Amino acid sequence: MNMINKEPERHEIEALLPWHAAGSLNRRDADRVEQALAGDGELRRRYDIVREELAETIHLNETLGAPSARAMEKLFAAIDAEEARAPRRSRSFDLAARVSEYLSRFSPRALAWTATAAMLAIVVQATVIASVVVEKGGKSNYDVANIDSDGSFAVVRFTTQANSGDITNFLGAHKASVVDGPKPGGLYRIRLSAAPLPRDEVSKIVKQMQSESKIVAFIAAAD
Amino acid sequence: MQATSDEVLIGRIANGDRLAMQVLFTRYHVRVFRFVVRMMRDASAAEDLISEVFLDVWRQAGRFEGRSAVSTWLLAIARFKALSALRRRPDQELDDETAEAIEDPADDAEVLLEKRDKSAQIRKCLSGLSADHREIIDLVYYHEKSVEEVAEIVGIPENTVKTRMFYARKRLAELLKAAGVERGWP
Repeated sequence: MNMINKEPERHEIEALLPWHAAGSLNRRDADRVEQALAGDGELRRRYDIVREELAETIHLNETLGAPSARAMEKLFAAIDAEEARAPRRSRSFDLAARVSEYLSRFSPRALAWTATAAMLAIVVQATVIASVVVEKGGKSNYDVANIDSDGSFAVVRFTTQANSGDITNFLGAHKASVVDGPKPGGLYRIRLSAAPLPRDEVSKIVKQMQSESKIVAFIAAAD
Repeated sequence: MQATSDEVLIGRIANGDRLAMQVLFTRYHVRVFRFVVRMMRDASAAEDLISEVFLDVWRQAGRFEGRSAVSTWLLAIARFKALSALRRRPDQELDDETAEAIEDPADDAEVLLEKRDKSAQIRKCLSGLSADHREIIDLVYYHEKSVEEVAEIVGIPENTVKTRMFYARKRLAELLKAAGVERGWP
């Protein structure tokens, strides 16, 4: 028999029993618990108590009923009202969103866990931005602003963690748009304003953007 | 056929797809509703609140980063909104605690019948737990959330999740014992 004699270890395993009963433990911990249960009669008895609690919690919740159709009606009425007030941008050519959806098919955790996937994400990010930069039309924030010398500009390098959704939101929040890139070092030239701004105003915007360290790896004002 | 993943639905919602919003709502509204009902103990308020939860999803789908499961994100939004609503009703938790503390003066026929029914007793005592304990028990047992996910929803460290779950179960055992149900634990 494989009974757990060490009290701290048994306590640790016992703490996991609710999650084991609900099936939400990772494989490693589930195996540890299974092994412990196999050799410990007292732990099995306690596990039965946990399973009883789980069954009654489900029973209790299932008796709570469901919301009426009014909830969905209310939701869509609110959405209608919002759309009437401030319609979202056109989706006729929303490449950024399409790429965002494509990327969302991958597990973000998996992307984070493997260096290979991280490299892929970097390449995809660069490709996304680069491809949108050379496209014409549409209303995405990635869209090319008319390349001329009017306005105020900055160069920026995005962090490797920033996905297309992050970048779209970031540019949208700052009313900026990509006008060129990627340049050597993964830099993009972005337009901060259609009108030339005073230098201190540009510095202020750049500083604000710089504070978003999850998105921006580097940023500087540019001519 | 594989159902469209939650993450793909969120991507479509971010792009203004109302049908995707409808699918996500259909998929989760009952669970979110029950989670909120257990927190607020008010089905009517919970029904109002879930519309707001999904409206937030509509507004913020573009910011969803996929670092947690969509269901975890939904429950975190629901929890925040329910707590905000409860804060506007400061008497709510007092009622809960009072109800928990009140002991039956005498067992009537119905209570006696209940005492014979261990399952009913457990459910009654589950309802008598404090808001924090009800919440963690529901998240683990009913919403099948992992330690990490509960930590994210509730905003507490993972070790605290385990400790809180232990004390919730211990409190449940005490309530059951007081109700005449001895389970030999803890």
